[in-house]
Amino acid sequence: MGLLKTNANIAGPDEFYSELIAAHEGLTKAQSDALNARLILLLANHIGDRAVLSEALKAASIRHSS
Amino acid sequence: MGKLFETPLYPYRRSSDQDAHAPVRHAVVVVGAGPVGLAVAVDLALQGVEVVVLDENDKVSWGSRAICFAKRPLEILDRLGCALPMVERGVKWNLGKVFFDDRQIYEFNLLAEKGHRHPAFINLQQYYFETDLVSRLRELQAEGKPIDLRGCSKVLSVEQDADKATIQVDTPEGPYTIEADWLIACDGAGSPVRKMLGLDFVGRIFEDNFLIADVVMEAEFPTERWFWFDPPFNRGQSALLHKQPDNVWRIDFQLGWDIDREEELKPENIDKRLRAMLGADISYQLEWSSIYTFQCRRMEKFHEGRVIFAGDAAHQVSPFGARGANSGIQDADNLAWKLKLIIDGKAPASLLETYDSERIYGADENILNSSRSTDFITPKSDMSRVFRDAVLELAEHYEGMRPMVNSGRLSVPCTYDGSPLNGADCDKMPARTRPGSPVVDLPVGNRFLLNLLGSEFYLLTIDAEAPAALDVEGVSVKRIALNTADEAEDYLQQRYLGDASSAVYLIRPDQHVVARWEHFAENDVRKALLKAIGR
Repeated sequence: MGLLKTNANIAGPDEFYSELIAAHEGLTKAQSDALNARLILLLANHIGDRAVLSEALKAASIRHSS
Repeated sequence: MGKLFETPLYPYRRSSDQDAHAPVRHAVVVVGAGPVGLAVAVDLALQGVEVVVLDENDKVSWGSRAICFAKRPLEILDRLGCALPMVERGVKWNLGKVFFDDRQIYEFNLLAEKGHRHPAFINLQQYYFETDLVSRLRELQAEGKPIDLRGCSKVLSVEQDADKATIQVDTPEGPYTIEADWLIACDGAGSPVRKMLGLDFVGRIFEDNFLIADVVMEAEFPTERWFWFDPPFNRGQSALLHKQPDNVWRIDFQLGWDIDREEELKPENIDKRLRAMLGADISYQLEWSSIYTFQCRRMEKFHEGRVIFAGDAAHQVSPFGARGANSGIQDADNLAWKLKLIIDGKAPASLLETYDSERIYGADENILNSSRSTDFITPKSDMSRVFRDAVLELAEHYEGMRPMVNSGRLSVPCTYDGSPLNGADCDKMPARTRPGSPVVDLPVGNRFLLNLLGSEFYLLTIDAEAPAALDVEGVSVKRIALNTADEAEDYLQQRYLGDASSAVYLIRPDQHVVARWEHFAENDVRKALLKAIGR
């Protein structure tokens, strides 16, 4: 563990967030799902490191207790 | 012209066993004259083991069936002396096209690694493969090897006790009984022998049906492999077009699980599918069609007492990746030398436990790979489909995404990592030839390394000294001495030396690496060899 950057790492977080949301504007749920999937795959390919990807999958799998 | 698979190749002949007063005892009886049964029988006979092959009919397989044979099985068949006619006849292809929905998304060229005697794989109808094996069997018979192939000889019952199996065989002239020290069941996915012994498959993971159509095209058509994901003519499923010898094209339509077999097999319905796929105006002849059903599963153990299972009788996978017949040939390869040593009293019967462990490892690897292909081709959930489609859409535009497209991962040989038969490793040497790996071929002068290996233990030395032969408690080891200075290319360094300055490899009769060292030491080799034969 510890390979995945979980500290603040994006310069201009507000701009990135707006860009992400804007990319989904006007899309149906199915189109948005497809866009998200393509984005995940492109980013995963860019990262490449299997250990980082596994850590990211774990880190993203937060289970909320109700 | 009569089709090859309609002609009796080994018609019934009365055996003297049928007139014997007491059941005749044989060293090995093989049930099933398919690719696996014939391969193991030929292998045993080559090594002087007496073997009788029983087959319930007298012909090669009906229709093309297994059509893709990978390099490792071809290497094994080469050791058995019958790869050349197969490779000569087989179709070699390099160009593949991938289609998604209504369009081609990319094409690829399989650039096979250089420096191997055999191609990465060939397309060849199973009936040709079997015919060549039967020809080899006939050659061995002519040389006086102890091998017999009995057509129209159906196994009615199998019983076993501690030292033999008793087999009742039905023939057109009535039943008779024989005994076998060892029985090898290569009788297919539905294995009657397995059922007779009350053993069954475990781990059903996936089920599907495929409509298989072999068509003879009357127009020019390229020698390429075309694979469709979710095409308009077979929505939600896949389709595959593959070339075989004699202008025969194999077309596979995936059908899903819940289908009406009779309806699907009607020629007019097959015709509709073919025209939707290849164009309304194509002209073709339908040579053979069938519905193929599979499940991914395997037996818990591959042998039970005196009865050993190989090929589809022991394990079944999806067709993606051509892992059925290919893995069955590797079962035969793994089994024959072990059984030979056991029969000769040079290895304990417990060596057979490693046939189970090594080939179960192989079967699990095949089941894993073919299940992954299946999950990609037929997504099991909405989100799985979203990702699958995303991979395909990206693959159309970005080359980097193409490795994730999975229409079947071609069968590559199994490395028996962690096998109890493996010995010492040398970490300076390349990973691809580590203990448990099959020997990697390379050109040696005007020949190839694998042609220097027969069916015994070998000591391959590279720039290293060693005796020309060794005898380890009755098991002989022959040396093959190679020198980097003699070779124009640096394959020896790439494939065997790595960072080591010299190398000594101990190789099993099935051409898998037992152990490797930088220098020869007799004691090391003796120890490794005894371990490799389960002593």
